[in-house]
Order: sequence, then C-alpha cells, then structure tokens
Amino acid sequence: MTNMQEIDLAQCTLREANSQLQSEDATGAWAIRNPRGRHALAVGLTAPIDVLIDGQAGYYAGGMNQRATITIEGNAGPGVAENMMSGRTHVRGNASMAAGATGHGGLLVIDGDAGARCGISMKGIDIVVRGSVGHMSAFMAQSGTLVVCGDAGEALGDSLYEAKIFVRGEVRSLGADCEEKDMTAQDTVLLQSLLDSAGITGYPAGSFRLYGSARRLYHFHVDNAAAY
Amino acid sequence: MCGIVGLFLKNPALQPELGRLTSQMLKVMTERGPDSAGFAVYGGARHGQTKITVRDLAPAHGAAFERGLADIAGPDMTVAFRDDHMVITVPSEHEKAARRFISSFGHGVAFVSSGDSIELYKGVGLPEAVATRFDLAGMSGTHAIGHTRMATESAVTTAGAHPFSTGPDQCLVHNGSLSNHNTLRRQLVREGLEFATENDSEVAAGYLSWRLSRGERLDEALTAALADLDGFYTFVVGTRDGFAVLRDPVACKPAVIAETDDYVAFASEYRAFARLPGIETATVFEPEPQRVYHWEHAA
Repeated sequence: MTNMQEIDLAQCTLREANSQLQSEDATGAWAIRNPRGRHALAVGLTAPIDVLIDGQAGYYAGGMNQRATITIEGNAGPGVAENMMSGRTHVRGNASMAAGATGHGGLLVIDGDAGARCGISMKGIDIVVRGSVGHMSAFMAQSGTLVVCGDAGEALGDSLYEAKIFVRGEVRSLGADCEEKDMTAQDTVLLQSLLDSAGITGYPAGSFRLYGSARRLYHFHVDNAAAY
Repeated sequence: MCGIVGLFLKNPALQPELGRLTSQMLKVMTERGPDSAGFAVYGGARHGQTKITVRDLAPAHGAAFERGLADIAGPDMTVAFRDDHMVITVPSEHEKAARRFISSFGHGVAFVSSGDSIELYKGVGLPEAVATRFDLAGMSGTHAIGHTRMATESAVTTAGAHPFSTGPDQCLVHNGSLSNHNTLRRQLVREGLEFATENDSEVAAGYLSWRLSRGERLDEALTAALADLDGFYTFVVGTRDGFAVLRDPVACKPAVIAETDDYVAFASEYRAFARLPGIETATVFEPEPQRVYHWEHAA
C-alpha cells in the first residue's frame, strides 16, 4: 500500500493514536507499529480508512467500528470487533473470547481459532472463522451469520434468536433451543458469499451444516406459565 | 480482577534472567491488580537443605530469633534477608523443629513457605514497588510465578496477597473467586489443615496440598478440583519442578500461554509477554477450560 501513515506506539500514547484514527478527516491507509498487546486499539473509528495493527492486539481491538477496514497481523485479545457497526476487521492469528460480541454489522474474519463465546449476542454482524470456535459461541445471537470452518465447542447457539450458524466440522454440543436446519438455496448463496468475502476457498458450501433457533424459547408459551 | 504471570525456563542459560523477566511481566499486570503483589521463585536447591521463608519479624527480636534457630539447626544454618522477609536454610532433618520454633516465636513473625527450592515474597502496594523492595529483578532460578491482586474476597493485607503456599515447594495463584470456599475450608480443617486467612484462594491451595499429601499427582489433584471447587478461577500452581495451569469450565478469567524452545510463559494478558526474548516467534495460545496443563523439569 502506498503512502501508509504510521503511528508508532513506542513513541506516542494510545489516546494520541486513537484520536488520529477517529478523526472525521482521516483518510487513506494507516499502520500501528509496536502494538504489543495493548487494549482498545483502533476503537470507535468512523472514517472509511484502512488500519493495519502490526502485531498482537489486546482487549476490544477495533471495537465499535464503522466503515473502517482493520487488519490485525497477530492474535487479538478478548472482545475483538465488539459492537462493530459496519466495515471489516480481519484477524490473521487467533482471537480470544467474545470475538464480535454484540456486533450490529460489518464482517469479522478470523484466520485462526476463536475462543469461547464467539459472536455472543451478535445483532447483525457476519463472522467467518477459518479455524474453530470455543464453548457458548453465538449465545443469544439475534441476527447475522456465524461461519465456522473448523469445529464448535459446547453449547453452540444457546438461547439463539434469528442468527444463522454454519459449521463445517464437529459440534461438541448444541445449546438450549438450537437445532440443525435444512439448508435452502438461499442459505447456500449466503454462505458462499461470506466465504468469498473472507477469501476462503476450498471449502464447498455443501460441506457445512446449518444451525438455527427452534423458536421454542423466546416466545412465551402458556405451558410454561407455572414456571414463572 | 487479578493478574497472573509465570515463567518456566527450559534453557538454563536464561536462569540468571528469571527475576528480571518476571518483574517486567509483573509490572505490566499492575492494572489488573494494584493493591498487592507477590511471587514465588524456584531455584538454588541443595541436597539435604530446606529453605524456609518467613516475614514480618520485629527487628528488635532478630538476634534472639536467629540464636534460637541456630540452637535447633546447628552451624550449617544460613539466613538471608530481603526487606521484611527472610529465607532461612536449614538441614532438612531440622525443618520440623525449626517450623515449630517459628510458629511459637511470636513478635510478628509469620511463616510464608518452605521447600527445597521455593522462596516466596509478598506485600501490599503496587507490584513494581513490591518487586523492587525484594529485588526480584536480581533473582535467578528455574521458574517463577507472580500475582498482582485486586481483592474481592478478603482484606488487603500481606497475608491475603498471593501466592499461597500450603505444602512443600507448592504455591498457588488465583484469578477469580470461589463460592464454596467456606464449606471446603471447614472440611479441610476437619482433615487437619490450618488456614491463616479468610481468603478463598488459600482454600484452593490447601485443597491441592491436601490431595498431594495423600499421594495424588498434581494433574490428578487438579482434575479433582474441577469437581470440588465451585466458582471462577484461573489457577497457576507451582511445584519444585514445574508449574500447572487450570481454568474453570466457564473460563471467563483470561489466560494466555507463550512457548518457545527457551521457555513457557503464562500471563493473564498477552501484553505481559511483549518484552520477552523471542516472543515474536513464540507459539501463543489460550489454555482450554477444564484441561490441566503441566510443564516439568526432569527431576
């Protein structure tokens, strides 16, 4: 990329770095050098800029992103791209727990594995994980799509609303009210478009299974009246 | 919230650096635990000798304390001071008598740890200040475990700071909180254990020591802990030859491990690793919940 604007966290504070990136006037491509696992890197961005985090990120990297394209060269700590609204975040390594938590929109791509509670309470974000996800992923997920090319841990999709979950590998167990669904032609188109967006080839859409809500939990059911 | 760090050296050439690297990591974890800190450093074991760490002896009684110990342990006893802690090395056959003397001496002295190679230091204050007070950076050894504390379950005192040592060469640090520690403490007291604090983590340490004292291996004791301890925890447990890691099934307390040919490092957050040598090419991963991880030097 030409004309990369550099921010060296060995030379400036986190707040100075984020202020530059958060400016409405920010344009072009940026690189954050020496991130060293610091928290809250490149959060709250609103301009359609490219940001490279050149190393390991701590908690909440790329949180609340709107429109920016953020790439994390290394691993990301808990809550990467939490509450993302739009734009794109790409983790080249692994992500810790609660990746993409509560995200409303945009695309989160994780090349490695994601930890526990990936996509917890997601509200429209799309998440594509090339590796596996940990336990309680997509817990209470409301909308959006979680694609897992590897395996899923225990209690996948517990208390799920209307998010869709595609898993290619093994699911250790399904959470309450999550069930396997038949994949429609529309689902296949959706899955393929997300794999394409994430740059993942070699995994045909037909090799995935779809999981969704059985819708027995989130509406009041009169038979459960005695439970309240 | 608390912070944990651990460093287990595979390459003996790094042993003189153990304290310096551990103190760097401990300082980075200050935001996770600014009220107190502590660390156990393993090294310098000599055949037939036992190291006993004590703290808070009133200085006016130092001479009488040393005389009394010398009467028990003989001329081979050595004493090394580090701020308000002291490490007493005695021939192992005199350890029991020395421990009895220490517990009955009074004048503020409190037992901290004992074993072939463990030395344990802890205190109230910012981690950097605690590490500086004891000159952690100047210590060498085979492995070390450190903790920065933000108290949730008991008072901010030196006794409440981690690590807790409840058995020979054993120590435990904890990030989290246990919900059944009072019940478990009562059960363990009936088994003959004694506890110095109201702290939940001390109960976890005592529980593991109790199981180890019955002949279980560390991995067996930790597996049993999954069934018997209720609450949130990331534990790091130190023994004479290594360390182990265990996370509860929910695993909301963070943990990350970095491994190279030279060392295995543990921390609550990656940023504690940022200045370790060779970290750029280390294998970095999160330990899975409910799985016992264990590294050990060949005995």
